[in-house]
Order: sequence, then structure tokens, then C-alpha cells
Amino acid sequence: MWFLDNAWLVPLIPALSFAVILLFGKRLPRKGSEVGIAAVGASFVLSVGAAIQWINHLRNADGASALGALGRAVGRLSAEGPAVEPITRATTWFESGTFKLSAGIQIDGLAVMMMFVVTLISLLVHIYSSEYMRGDVRYTHYYAALSLFTASMLLLVVADNTLLMLIGWELVGLCSFMLIGHWWEEKPNSDAALKAFLTTRTGDIGLLTGVVMTFFIVQRYTGHGSFNIVALNDAASSGKVSHTLIMWCALALLLGIMGKSGQFPLHTWLPDAMAGPTPVSALIHAATMVVAGVYLGARLYPVFWNGLSIGTPGHGAWNAMAIIGGITVLVGATLAFVQDDIKKVLAYSTISQLGYMTMALGVGAWTAAVFHLFTHAFFKADLFLGAGSVSHSGSHHSFDMKKDMGGLRKVMPQTFWTFVIGSLALAGIFPLAGFWSKDEILVNAGRHGYTAFVVVGLLGALLTAAYMTRCIYLTFFGEYRGGHAHADDGAHGHVVDAHESADAHGHGGPHESNWVLTMPLWVLTALAVVTGLLNYPTWHRFETWFQPRVHFVEAPAVPFNPILAIVSVAIALTGIGVAWAFYSGRLRALHDLSVRNAVARVGKMILVNKYYLDWLYTDVIVGGIKGPIAAGAYWVNQHIIDNVLNFTGRGARAVGRFTYDYIDQKGVDGVINGIATVTGEAGGETQKIQTGRLQFYALLLVLAVGLFAAALWIFT
Amino acid sequence: MLLNQFLLLGAFLFSTGVYGVLVRKHTVLVLMSIELMLAAVNINLVAFGAANHTVAGQVFALFVLTIAAAEVGIGLAIVLLIYRNLRTADLDDLELLKD
Repeated sequence: MWFLDNAWLVPLIPALSFAVILLFGKRLPRKGSEVGIAAVGASFVLSVGAAIQWINHLRNADGASALGALGRAVGRLSAEGPAVEPITRATTWFESGTFKLSAGIQIDGLAVMMMFVVTLISLLVHIYSSEYMRGDVRYTHYYAALSLFTASMLLLVVADNTLLMLIGWELVGLCSFMLIGHWWEEKPNSDAALKAFLTTRTGDIGLLTGVVMTFFIVQRYTGHGSFNIVALNDAASSGKVSHTLIMWCALALLLGIMGKSGQFPLHTWLPDAMAGPTPVSALIHAATMVVAGVYLGARLYPVFWNGLSIGTPGHGAWNAMAIIGGITVLVGATLAFVQDDIKKVLAYSTISQLGYMTMALGVGAWTAAVFHLFTHAFFKADLFLGAGSVSHSGSHHSFDMKKDMGGLRKVMPQTFWTFVIGSLALAGIFPLAGFWSKDEILVNAGRHGYTAFVVVGLLGALLTAAYMTRCIYLTFFGEYRGGHAHADDGAHGHVVDAHESADAHGHGGPHESNWVLTMPLWVLTALAVVTGLLNYPTWHRFETWFQPRVHFVEAPAVPFNPILAIVSVAIALTGIGVAWAFYSGRLRALHDLSVRNAVARVGKMILVNKYYLDWLYTDVIVGGIKGPIAAGAYWVNQHIIDNVLNFTGRGARAVGRFTYDYIDQKGVDGVINGIATVTGEAGGETQKIQTGRLQFYALLLVLAVGLFAAALWIFT
Repeated sequence: MLLNQFLLLGAFLFSTGVYGVLVRKHTVLVLMSIELMLAAVNINLVAFGAANHTVAGQVFALFVLTIAAAEVGIGLAIVLLIYRNLRTADLDDLELLKD
């Protein structure tokens, strides 16, 4: 049990590595990257150890109970095995009076799974970056931030109380700010960093409120408040705490999730976050930043389950979480169609997939949501690193699919194949990872009565398959369009300059990336192929291992539905087929539809403008407060209020004339003038005290204190 | 119990300090007088602490000492800057507070 008991080392090692890289990185032979890779590697080993021990731990618990044996006898170890408490260790953080706050770790299946995903992806990103970022101006700083990013996410994962989670959460936000704005010399990059920070911060208001509320939920239940997650989940599922309180807490936390996990309508920062280096995008979108929100939802699931009444869908079967997720699925998927930037396609795809996860949590499919998080991490990291490989070696550091890519299939075979497999996994094609996890979400949504969301999910699957086909076609098929040399390298000039001076193989034309870039791709591709089988319908290892068995809600397990699976694959294949036919020119009738058809033109305009959300935020909300609202207020003032005043004024004038002549001039003015004279003279007299002489002030002070002391002495 | 003697000493020191603050003309001497007042307070704190059999008085005295040290550091720095800028540290010539 050593690995489980000492899981606190997992976030600690990258945190130390951050300090070491920052202090000594520049003097090290490889500028600090070796420290980062070694530290995350060590964390990865510890996470694997923890995962193995956790599985053994469960196996022992199952073996010791008759129920477990029975479960094995029928061939299906269900998550409803004997209760296995999470491993917790805590130390006192601080005490104030009777209030004691502890900080510690809570290791259970969910934490173990996340530790594994985060450290694995982070390790691959670290390795990948050593080539991708070679010669960058702030190479050392980059690795330091990457280490801290990993450490903060791991802190969030292992934390045993919501306050500690909040700290990890905010640190993740800070690191994403640093890394998105890594090339801050260019204004758009630092703007994007600020946007990410401020938008997630909007959601954090909700999170902060929610965390405070968790304290009181526990207080209502046990008598003394605490931020502890186990206590919170117990309290939330006890049924003895006011439903209204839990509901508001769930809604507040949901706002935090919306900000962090890029849910509609706070998703707008996420595509802009592509301004950061590509490995960072992979890390942000696969394992750290954006899944923090989903993780929070999974971790505190009883709060949402009871607060939003997920288990007992009312008429119409919807709740805030499912709705938000469902809208996000469709918004993200449709916007992915009109992007020319390969990374932005993937960014909107991430938004859409995060929508699936939130929707799954919203319809009561906890395991499906976490499972999708798990599989998505691998294929999305694969796709992002693939996009990075394309731009690094194939398109002169451009990400524009229409201008600088195309036809790269032959020159970059490894990148091509890993990208295609990753895309198929994302589109949910049997038997790749995305198929199993997406299907589980759909099955659960249908079984729990949320029929509308099954439709949303299927529609999302169709769109996903189609936009990924478009992306692959533009990047890897057709003619190579990146012939013109370094004309538009402006956006990533820093890497280019540094890269070219350091690069031995030159830039004759597009070529395959070297093994440092392709190795992570293959690892992730392999995982994208096999991880889906972890929750094979008759095997259910994922559910057995990672679903909590205590302090949790009992969501009924749902069997696999082959018809739905076939339908969803068929839909995905349709999407691929239609998109392929369209882009390879076989569907000429549909080409330039947006030029000929007014409806299509309006649709495309809305999409290109991202549903006008950015416009809404910057121009209407921010600009509105600055300009138009002020102008509108001025107009109202001039035309409406003034007229009212003028009308009133005329009537008042008659009265006023009378009052002025008789009451004001004679009566009131006399009093006012009298007061003014007295005040003026008193002021003139007291002015003499203001000598500016320090010691005179001190004397007054002493005399006043003496006077008060004397008064106290006499009157008591 | 020797309490009054300490209190008398404290009162005497405090009065000396107040007198110094009020009449000395040189800023540095005024600062020193303030230190005398703080010392008087310290004597009172320790004396009452001993009389009441509690360490709180001594703890407070330690705090006062620390703050006094910091205050002298800042005070002298200010005096030095005033002297540099106005070529004088005589309180009679410093009437900027009037403005």
C-alpha cells in the first residue's frame, strides 16, 4: 500500500521540479528540460504503482466477501461490490479556535485514474516539447510552467477537501495563463491568455460560492462544518440537508465547471487558447485544465445528483447540467466546421467532447462521463500532438489548413496514420476508444429517461465524424499548398527563428518529424485503440476499478445496447462519407452553397462569427457598459427626463416665484446667512490652531488624552 | 510586592518622554524621547505581567520592542531625507503640515 499511502508525492515532485527548474534550469546542460521530464516520469511511475495497488486492494476486498465471489461467478464484477473506503491521509493545515482545517489526500479509483492520465499525458508532452520547443527564447521558463501545471492538476486530483481543490484549480488557471501567453510579445497571444484567465475567473465566482456552501452543507449534517469531500458526499446523499441549499451549491459549482471546462456560454476562451505552443494545447485540452471541471463534477457528484435531481428526472427530463452539456455538444461541433486553423478545429472538438462529458454527468451516467474523459484524453492529445507535428515539419509552422497544408499524407506517413486513427477514435468508430465511451453515454441517457439527449448525442456524433473528415482531407489529401516559403510565419516567429538556427535538417520542404515527435504519437494512438476495451460490455473493468463504492450515489448500471451502437456507428460513417464526398469533389451540387443560397449564407455567417458570442461579450457587454449604455442613458436624460422636468418646472416656477419672494428671501436666507457667518468666523478662529508646528499638535494630543483620562477618573 | 516602584519609574520615564517630545527642537531628540515613552510602557507591561503571574506582559513587551526598532529605522530614514531636502532637521522650521 506504499504507493497509495504516499500518493501525496505525486503532485509534490513536479512542484519541486518547478522550483528547481526556475532556480537552476538555465545552468543545466539541457536547460531544465531533463529535470521536468525526470520529475514527471517519477510521478508517472508512482501513479502506475498506485493504480496497480488500488486494483489489488479492490481485488482483495472482493475476494474476502461472498458478494464479490458471487460477482465473479456470474462473470461480471459489478461496482456494487463490498464497500471499499478511499485511502485518506491528512495533516492539520491550520487551527483557529475550535475550527480546524486539514489538508490531505483522498485516493480512490477516480483519483488513481486521473493521476495516471495526467502524469502519462504530461510525460509525453514533456518529451515532445523537448524537440518541438527546441531553441525557444524562454525554453527554461516553459518547462518550469509545464511542471507547475502538472503539479497543480495533480493537487486538484488528490485533494481531500474542496478548499484544497480550489487552490489546485486556481493554480491550473494561473499556469494556463502563463503558457497560453508564452509568446507574449505578440498582442493576440497575451490577449488570449488574459481572455482565458478572465473567462474562467467568471466561472470561478460560482466555484468559490459553491465551495463556501459545501462547508455549510456538511455543517447542517454533522454539526460542525468542514470542507472534506467524503463528509460532503455523505451529507449531500443523506437526504437530511435542505434540498434548496444543495441545489444552489450544485448550480454555483456548475458555473465553475462551465468556466473551466469550456461549457456554453463560457467556452469562448478555449479556441483562443490555441495561441499557446501546441504541446501546451494538448496538455490543456486532454489532461489538465479543461477536464478539471468535469473532474470536479465527478468528484462531488452526490451534490449534483441530489441538487439537480438527476436520479429522478421530472416531466420533460432535463436539468441544468444536461442542458448545458447538450448545447455545448452541438455548438462546439458546428463551429468546428468553419475553422481554417487545424488547432481551432480540434479546440472546438474538445468543447464538443467536454459537452458530452458534462451531459453524461447531467443524465446520471457517472461512469460513462469519467470513461469518456479517460479515452478522450488519449485521442485528443494524439490529435493535438499530430497537429503540432504537421506544423513543425510539414507546413512551416503554420496552422492554416487551407493555405499551408494538403497532400501531406505521403511525406508524413506516421503523422498521417496516427492522426487518422485518433480521428476515428474521436468519431466513435468501432472498436476504437471513443466508440465505447460515447456509446455508454448514449445508452445511459436513453435508459435514464433523457431521450432528448440521446438525439443530441447522435447528432453530435454525426457532426464530429464530418468535421474530422474535413480536417483530415484538408490537411493530408489534395495538393500541397504550402509551397511559398516563410511568408506568413509571423504568428510563431520565435520558434521559427530559434528553430532554424538550431535545426540541422533545414527546411527544404515538408518531411516527417523525427522520433521525439512521433513516439508520443504512437503511444497515444495505441492507447486510443485499446483503452475503450477496458469497459467492454461483459467485462466492465473500468467501472469495477474506478467507480466509488462508498459515499456515493447508486446510479443503476445500464446494459450495452447493440442497436444504439450500430445506429451511432452508422451515423458516424454517414458523416464521414458525406464530408468525404463533399471535399473530394463528388458532391459538386453542394459546393459554394453558401454563395448561392441565402439560408446557407446566413448559417455560415453565424458560424464564422462563432454565434456572435465574442461579439456579445466584448462589444455588447464590455463595450455596452463603456459606450452605448452611457449614450443611451444620456439620450433618456436629454429627451425624457428633461421633458418631465421642464413640465414640472413650469408649474413649480409659479409656486417658486411666490416662495422666493416671501419665504426664501426674507425667512430662509436670513437663517442661512446667519449660519454661514458663524461658520466662517469659527473657521477663521480655528485656523489659527493649524500652525503646522508638529509639537503644538503633540501638545494638543497630550492635553486631550489627559482630559479624557481625568474625565474617566472623575466619573467612574 | 514591588509594583508601585516600577509604576512610578514608568510614569517618570513617560513624563520625561512627553516633555522631550513637546519641547526639544531637534527631530532626532524627539525620536529618542518617543523611545523613552515606549520604554516606560514596557516597564509597566512587564511589571503588571509579573504582578499578575502571566507571561502576556512580557510577550507584549517583546512586541513593543520589535515595533520600536522598526519605527526608529523608518523614523531616522525620514529625518535623514528631510535633512537632505530641506537642509534642516529643526522642528521649528518644519511647517509643511500647515499647507
